[in-house]
Amino acid sequence: MPTTPHISRRELLRGAALVPVAGALAACATPAARPGASGSAAPVATSAANPFGVDGKKPLEVWIFDGGFGQDYAKNIHEPLFKSKYSGVEIKHNATKEITKVLQPRFAGGNPPEVIDNSGANFMDFGALSQDGQLQDLTPLLDAPSWDDPNVKVRDTIDPSVVEIGTYDGKFSVLGYVNYIHGIWYSQKVFRDNGWQVPKTWDDFLKLCETIKKSGKMAPFTYAGKFPQYLYEPLLTMAAKIGGNEVLVNIDNLEDGAWTAEPVKTAAAAWAEVGAKYLMEGTTGLDHVQTQTAQNKYKVAMLPSGSWLENEQKTTTPPDFAYGMFPIPDVTGSDKLPYGTLHTQPGENFIVSAKSPNPQAGMEYLRAMLSKKAAGEFSQLVRTLTVVKGATEGRDISPGVTSASQAVTAAGANAVYYRWNNWYGPLKDEAIAATGQLMSGNLTADQYLERIQKKADEIKNDSSIKKYKR
Amino acid sequence: MLFNRYRRGLFIASFLAAPVVLYLVYVIAPYAQAFYIATTDWRGVTATPAFIGLDNFVRLFGDGIFWKAVTHNLALLVLLPLITIVLALLFAFLLNVGGAHGVSGVRGSRFYRVVFFFPQVLAVTVVAVLFQQVFRPDGSGMLNGPLMALGIRPVGFLSDPGVAFWSVLGVLVWQAVGFYVVLFSAGLAGIPRDMFEAAQIDGAGRLSLFFRITLPLLWDTVQVAWVYLGILALDVFAIVWVMTDQHGGPDFSTTVMAAEIYRNAFQYFRFGYASALGVVMFFFTVGFAILSLRVSRRERIEY
Repeated sequence: MPTTPHISRRELLRGAALVPVAGALAACATPAARPGASGSAAPVATSAANPFGVDGKKPLEVWIFDGGFGQDYAKNIHEPLFKSKYSGVEIKHNATKEITKVLQPRFAGGNPPEVIDNSGANFMDFGALSQDGQLQDLTPLLDAPSWDDPNVKVRDTIDPSVVEIGTYDGKFSVLGYVNYIHGIWYSQKVFRDNGWQVPKTWDDFLKLCETIKKSGKMAPFTYAGKFPQYLYEPLLTMAAKIGGNEVLVNIDNLEDGAWTAEPVKTAAAAWAEVGAKYLMEGTTGLDHVQTQTAQNKYKVAMLPSGSWLENEQKTTTPPDFAYGMFPIPDVTGSDKLPYGTLHTQPGENFIVSAKSPNPQAGMEYLRAMLSKKAAGEFSQLVRTLTVVKGATEGRDISPGVTSASQAVTAAGANAVYYRWNNWYGPLKDEAIAATGQLMSGNLTADQYLERIQKKADEIKNDSSIKKYKR
Repeated sequence: MLFNRYRRGLFIASFLAAPVVLYLVYVIAPYAQAFYIATTDWRGVTATPAFIGLDNFVRLFGDGIFWKAVTHNLALLVLLPLITIVLALLFAFLLNVGGAHGVSGVRGSRFYRVVFFFPQVLAVTVVAVLFQQVFRPDGSGMLNGPLMALGIRPVGFLSDPGVAFWSVLGVLVWQAVGFYVVLFSAGLAGIPRDMFEAAQIDGAGRLSLFFRITLPLLWDTVQVAWVYLGILALDVFAIVWVMTDQHGGPDFSTTVMAAEIYRNAFQYFRFGYASALGVVMFFFTVGFAILSLRVSRRERIEY
């Protein structure tokens, strides 16, 4: 039989030894397209109670970012609620502080998990995920009946900015769960004891800073100097208050001269003055925990932060400290937006992977999260507001959250936000670097804005960077 | 005879096979793949990146921050070996032959030898976090505490962009010096004692002992140290990333090539572009290696 290939024992062994080598060489760093499981198969019938057709036996994998909110809310509130309806679904709960490091290889390998809390400093780039079709379109979730009341759609139970902000490439695909409310935070006790008033105008704010400075009791103001993004937040909110929402829209859309516009200049000059006169000693070298702890120790009166602050500081806050927050004061007397205007932004972003084995259960999990029970218990546990309307009604919540939710009510429709920092990472880093220099006096307001504008133009003209519009 | 030689080669190859395969799979192959990724627009998640030719390299030439990082690496390449070697030589000389009487170290040299080696034992991350506290800008900083007690304004060791780079260099030297003291001590131990004794009988003081005997006879070891420290200076990722504000800041004043690669890959999700930066860094490293091998080719002294 001349056609039969003759393989000696030695050649066979040699061949066997080489196969894995070749495989490993090919699979090392470069991505590999794998046919893999497709998530589109939905053989289970849909109904009002089960709007996405969840298969009661297929497992569901959940990844939580284990950060300021911990992971207990998922383990003890959300997952049990989901289980109460689908007892046959095995939930594989996971938590990590490093979302990208753990999950990015799973996407590149073609087997991503269903539900991901894509948050923290190392979250995966939403633009990159969206560009590659990795994000499940969550529009059906918006149009599905809510968990609590089959006559009300999910869309009507949540803050409308969630939909706007969570839309990528025309599809609603990212669910911000927590409503972050930004403002200037202080101790209600300190203000009461010293007879200091919450300032309604910028002049009052500067006078208050002067009073605090002269009192010698504490420094007037600080911010997380190591992370100047904590400072460009009030700066931009102030710019929007002076010049209207379009200031931020222009910045987001990388319009020419968006950063060097007059309202932004006024705001930058105002904050540069605070940087020059009223900062706590050493501010530029301290991080958010160090400055917030200084406030808890009554070394500084005010700092800009968001509604996560109270929970973040719960171990160092004195019991009678009583956190409170106030919005950016009136600056010019002819500000386009009224007093009370707030920067609110949905955060703690949950996604469902389109290419995961069971995206239907992933969407159902999000629907459960948006129930009043889940959101209310979440707010109570981690002391922060969610995007679910009225979820804290009738619940006993902390002073900081109370103050923030009152501010939200007072602001009404006057809420602003911006997205450039999530869309264009290099622009964010440039703004961070420049803001630090503005506050330490190394850049004037004009130089500061020109520098950021230059980077914005650079990004606008770089064809390799995907552009977004709002 | 021929068969025997063949068998010998096979015998050697059989031992080398495993490490060579591992090296190929985990070192050479990823390097080669980085060259490929550098010519794509891969953003880390897609399975089918598009080929874009040399666009990433063109873009790289206009990237001010990357070139800032390169200048920092080059400055470190000169300063780090220079300062570390000078200090290490001085300490090694004092510990071994710099004593007042005969060929012995200064008093307490055994104790110092152990102390010098301490930083080497600590993990790089531990050193970085440690120095964040040392450099704190308020009263709890180890350096600023005493300064403030004296009524001097605190120095922003890590928060002043004019100072931060020197703080990083200081930490790198602090950590590296101990190892090279030990390396040079070992080199000194290899120099016959009678050379020093003969020189001392001829009336050589500490200075001329150092420049006429110690340094020439240690030249080989110094060159090895230079190459090691040069490679360290081209990396320095961990200290910069963990210790400095905003990972290479403030205002990019301490960033290095490796930090920019990491930032582009894992924060901006531009894996293609980051690979292109990696390719450039690869050529810097190879260039440095070739250069240092060329320069250090010199005759050995046999005793």
